[in-house]
Amino acid sequence: MSILHTVNKSPFVNNSLASCLRLAAQGDGILLIEDGVYGGLNHTGFTPELEQALANFTLYVLQPDLAARGIVNQAHPKVQQIDYAGFVDLTVFYTNVQAWF
Amino acid sequence: MKFAILINSAPFSHQASDTAYQFCQAALNKGHLIHRVFFYHDAVYIGSSLMCPPQDEPNITVHWQNLAKQHGFDLAICIAAALRRGVLNEQEAKRYGKSSANLAAEFKIVGLGQLVEACLTADRLMVFGG
Repeated sequence: MSILHTVNKSPFVNNSLASCLRLAAQGDGILLIEDGVYGGLNHTGFTPELEQALANFTLYVLQPDLAARGIVNQAHPKVQQIDYAGFVDLTVFYTNVQAWF
Repeated sequence: MKFAILINSAPFSHQASDTAYQFCQAALNKGHLIHRVFFYHDAVYIGSSLMCPPQDEPNITVHWQNLAKQHGFDLAICIAAALRRGVLNEQEAKRYGKSSANLAAEFKIVGLGQLVEACLTADRLMVFGG
């Protein structure tokens, strides 16, 4: 049984993504939405933690939220970009959904 | 699959209600069902019929009304959160001696039991908040 975690806050603003990464189990999925997409960028102060997380979890980012912030090109290449239809598919694929905010 | 949706934060100050709306649209397009959308905390403002956003901006209240009418799901507003914030139906306006009610059509003022029921009935509870 694996969980999809959704995180909607930037890691530069609060600790919700850090808490999520600490408590998620191996094989869980983590989806960054809204301001959470800032946690999925390359070449930021958070990128080392992000790359560590990629070893244990699958990371996804909501592409429309990247686009709304003008940062699609700065996303980390190993974070999978999905749209709303992909978001729905993930909630079906994982057996539970846990929101962090 | 059947979804229950919980929205916790205010329109305009947070993105949660917009994300939830787009998620519901995508789920319905894929043939899933929305059982109920529950508006809690500052999200109860979405049920006010008195909000007048500029005409070139999306009106989230009208969006939810249309989607709910089209797909036949509940728009449920927490009674305790709504009364505190002045979102009242006719019955509550009369009970508290207020001059008017402002609950938008399609929305219902309900108790937390309706959230529990939605959690038990749906396959997934989606929380949009913060």
